[in-house]
Amino acid sequence: MAIALETAHPPLAGKHLRQQTSRDDRIKLGFMAVIGLYLVIALGAPLFVMLSKSLSTYRFDLTAYEFQVSDGTGANWGPVVTADALNRQAGAVAEADLSTNSDGRLAATKFFPEFSFRSPVNYRIRGVDEDAAFLVGSTLEKGTAWREYDSGTFRRVVLRPARTIGLENFSNYFSTPALAQSIYNSVLMAAISTVVTVSIAFALAYGLTRSCMPLKGLFRGILTIPILVPSLLPGIALVYLFGNQGVFKDWLLGYSIYGPIGIVIGSVFFTLPHAFLIILTALSVADARHYEAAASLKASKWRTFRTVTVPGARYGIVSAAFVVFTLVITDFGLPKVIGGQYGMLAVDIYKQVIGQQNFEMGAVVSVILLVPAVLAFAVDRRMQKRQVALLSARAVPYAPKPNVRVDAPCFAFACLVSLFILGMIAMCQVAAVVKFWPYDLTLTTKNFAFDLMDGGGWAAYGNSIRLALLTALFGSLVVFAGAYMVEKADGFRFGRGLFHFLAMMPMAVPGMVLGLAYIFFFNNPANPLNPIYGTMTILVVCTVTHFYTVAHLTALTALKQMDPEFESVAASLKQPFHRLFFRVTVPVCLPAILNIAIYLFVNAMTTVSAVVFLYATDTKLASVAVLNMDDAGDIAPAAAMGMMIFYTNVAAKLIHALIARGLLARTQAWR
Amino acid sequence: MRHALSIEPTPTSLPRAADPAAPYLEITDLWKAYGDFVALRDISLSIARGEFICFLGPSGCGKTTLLRAVAGLDLQSQGTILQGGRNISTLPASSRDYGIVFQSYALFPNLTIEQNIAFGLENTGRSKAAVASRVSELLETVGLSAHGKKYPAQLSGGQQQRIALARAIAISPGLLLLDEPLSALDAKVRVHLRHEIKALQRKLGVTTIMVTHDQEEALAMADRIVVMNHGIIEQVGSPTEIYRYPETLFVADFIGETNQFPARVVRGGEVEIGHSAFCCATDGFAAGQAATAVVRPVDIIPHGAHAHAVNAIDRPATPQNLIDAEVREMEFLGMFWRTRLTAPRLGERTLVADFSVNAVRRLSIETGGVIQVEIPRERLLLYPRSA
Ligand SMILES: Nc1ncnc2c1ncn2[C@@H]1O[C@H](COP(=O)(O)OP(=O)(O)OP(=O)(O)O)[C@@H](O)[C@H]1O
Ligand SMILES: [Mg+2]
Repeated sequence: MAIALETAHPPLAGKHLRQQTSRDDRIKLGFMAVIGLYLVIALGAPLFVMLSKSLSTYRFDLTAYEFQVSDGTGANWGPVVTADALNRQAGAVAEADLSTNSDGRLAATKFFPEFSFRSPVNYRIRGVDEDAAFLVGSTLEKGTAWREYDSGTFRRVVLRPARTIGLENFSNYFSTPALAQSIYNSVLMAAISTVVTVSIAFALAYGLTRSCMPLKGLFRGILTIPILVPSLLPGIALVYLFGNQGVFKDWLLGYSIYGPIGIVIGSVFFTLPHAFLIILTALSVADARHYEAAASLKASKWRTFRTVTVPGARYGIVSAAFVVFTLVITDFGLPKVIGGQYGMLAVDIYKQVIGQQNFEMGAVVSVILLVPAVLAFAVDRRMQKRQVALLSARAVPYAPKPNVRVDAPCFAFACLVSLFILGMIAMCQVAAVVKFWPYDLTLTTKNFAFDLMDGGGWAAYGNSIRLALLTALFGSLVVFAGAYMVEKADGFRFGRGLFHFLAMMPMAVPGMVLGLAYIFFFNNPANPLNPIYGTMTILVVCTVTHFYTVAHLTALTALKQMDPEFESVAASLKQPFHRLFFRVTVPVCLPAILNIAIYLFVNAMTTVSAVVFLYATDTKLASVAVLNMDDAGDIAPAAAMGMMIFYTNVAAKLIHALIARGLLARTQAWR
Repeated sequence: MRHALSIEPTPTSLPRAADPAAPYLEITDLWKAYGDFVALRDISLSIARGEFICFLGPSGCGKTTLLRAVAGLDLQSQGTILQGGRNISTLPASSRDYGIVFQSYALFPNLTIEQNIAFGLENTGRSKAAVASRVSELLETVGLSAHGKKYPAQLSGGQQQRIALARAIAISPGLLLLDEPLSALDAKVRVHLRHEIKALQRKLGVTTIMVTHDQEEALAMADRIVVMNHGIIEQVGSPTEIYRYPETLFVADFIGETNQFPARVVRGGEVEIGHSAFCCATDGFAAGQAATAVVRPVDIIPHGAHAHAVNAIDRPATPQNLIDAEVREMEFLGMFWRTRLTAPRLGERTLVADFSVNAVRRLSIETGGVIQVEIPRERLLLYPRSA
């Protein structure tokens, strides 16, 4: 034995053994490949295509084509001329018009002012290199061989642009003052909203964890309400409250709600729950022992707050700040409704793509929008890694003692914020059921007659429910199976790491960037998946992908709480992994799976940003209908549809709670 | 420690369960590396059919790693494992033949006790009735028939442990692997379950490997103990062998208690400790070589103040290794007295000796007194001193 110790360099340099793969391993590998492929198709590939799109510029290269024209007999050919020379002669196409997009087409007859399609004249065309392409009707021709057409056919010859890779789109973007300004605007709005939201959220979370104020549960419920409505809804509420006909218009001292003020207030409304929940979690895990130590050192309240509370929640605060910043900078619905002339990045994409069909520029803005989001995501990940180390397993939860001087202000503040949230919702509720706020307050249901307005009508609402149900069902399945593979399959370390990375990515991809990437990827006839474009399928795929990360993390957390030896035990008992999966893993994780399902449902009901690029006439959605009706000036119906989404989500939450209770009472008797 | 004492050892009475020529499990030249860190170095080990083996060693020495290699849960980097003549070195866990109990028990929380035990029986072509009767038989074996319909969370730690055991042996595996099965339990239950597991193992005759870092547990349960340290096997032997004849200083120190003195070999059969010479076996040592001399507190024989009187009765005429020592401290530990002695002949160091209550009374040993003690020649062990 002593000899073995002295062998400093073991004969380990040789090849290590490899375990024979079992049938289970092969099945798991297959599964992982399928779900990995899903993420590649639903996320990686579209983003890649979009990136390449943003770097591509298209231009007709006239020097690349040569023509020959015959005389009236059609047999004697004239000299060879380039299209460029012809163009300069005829002055047919201006220099600026040669820039185009990927779909650009330029009729060859433009270079021949004397062209007449009944004439006996024949035309020859060829490229000077292999890449010069042109269409005859819809047949693509390429190459340097001469092709000859009579005038009737030549009429259908169109040139195709050449693609160059470069940063030209970006330099164009930044040299357009109005567009570059919107970057500044977006950052400014996001920064202000972040400071305001995080401050409010921290004060609320502090009150809920560190004081003995009453009605904590109620406040907690109220503070999560904004998650249940589309981000457009606070915009609509603000229009009613402070808009041109708003009752409280005077409160703004002459400033307009349409613009920065509205954007900030609305942003605070819809980002508050996210920041609040993150900081609440951070504060809840604070260690009572620190407070006891501070008390025994006779630290003043303020000192305790500064030296114990804030540092303890620091990671939560930073994390919340990044989440809010990303949400605001990538949100599109709110500035669309309340932003007025104030240019915001996310709205730019919408205008570029939907308004001007300028897909390349849309891709450019998307890439720019990815930068802060990816940055925020990276920092947040690093923070969370350290946070884990900070939490000691033996932390003692802190139990506050009643103190009127703390409890009363906390209670008052919570009331104030609740009033703000409930006020906004109530405003929409009132606007939805009266004839004409604020002039005619007779109750009416006419605002719910969606079929009479543009936007999709009740069918859109039905589609939304369908989308939400499908997303919840299909999403929970994919997400949970994927998380299981990441957490419980041993071996395939590389594959699992890659998969996990892909699963974390959607967090950093703003919805509209995803939507746009989907257009580029799926709306390409060459893509075999092209048929799903414009169907419900693509909406489901997009929505599942959009909200993948949070669901994935929820599943992962639940799986991590399971004994890692379950798989080993099952293997030793010679039971296939799927038997363990269905008998034990799924039942034990059922609460988490239900949470994932309701999370996906609620978000599928409210989401606008990604699907707004992808819906077709027969797959219009309720959230998009809110946007379109508001756009068309039907604000009251828009509010009514927003409230329909709200009712639906509340009902879904209630049903979820019921199922969770009923089902869990049966399947989780062991708890 | 006291367990070993109660079995009076003779080097010839080694319990061997089966013919050593046909080992049931044979591990050869096994290595395991995690990156640059070598967790197991060149492990070779043969285990006979029906044997109860304990892997014993300090935390982090590689016991679990070795067990998991045998189970196919963490593949070794190199080396072969034969089980019942079959090469299982690279087989996936599900193709090997063993049952396993983890420290956490890993009972399925949402299944009842019966369902837990039946988990490995279902899906194997057995009829429902056959499964049910096997389950009730197993429940009876572990003495928990009344609890079949309960969930694991409703049972005590010791009961959960027995369920985990029942689940592992349900499929009648050829090999039973136990990774610290008792360490999560309190002392009383632990001692009780020790006997139960041992009795069950005897009854089933299943070859068993148990990982533990509790030497008392290993000494009480194992047919043979594998003492491990830093990824190597220090010694393999029966509990008494390990205790009486530790092959390395590590084993001597890890099992039971020791007095250790720096020593130097004077000539064959004689070492110098402190300022004087003692007799002991010096096989394998050269004259002048530095060594560590070890003697266990229980091996020191008290002779009272008048050694010659005692000698006359029951010792050879010229007792070897007799020293005068002053009793500095005495501590009553229930079954015996622990004393701390100083002896000019040993230099500065204290000698710890355990004397029976009887001897203390008979020889009137008391704090401050001077007594003569003997370090028996055959109980003074010598190990190479590392620089
Ligand atoms: N997955 C791993 N990666 C890297 N090192 C590991 C890994 N698993 C174990 N080790 C190291 O291998 C050594 C042996 O670990 P092992 O779990 O076998 O110890 P052990 O003897 O069972 O200890 P304990 O009594 O604490 O359970 C330890 O130093 C441990 O740090
Ligand atoms: Mg271990």
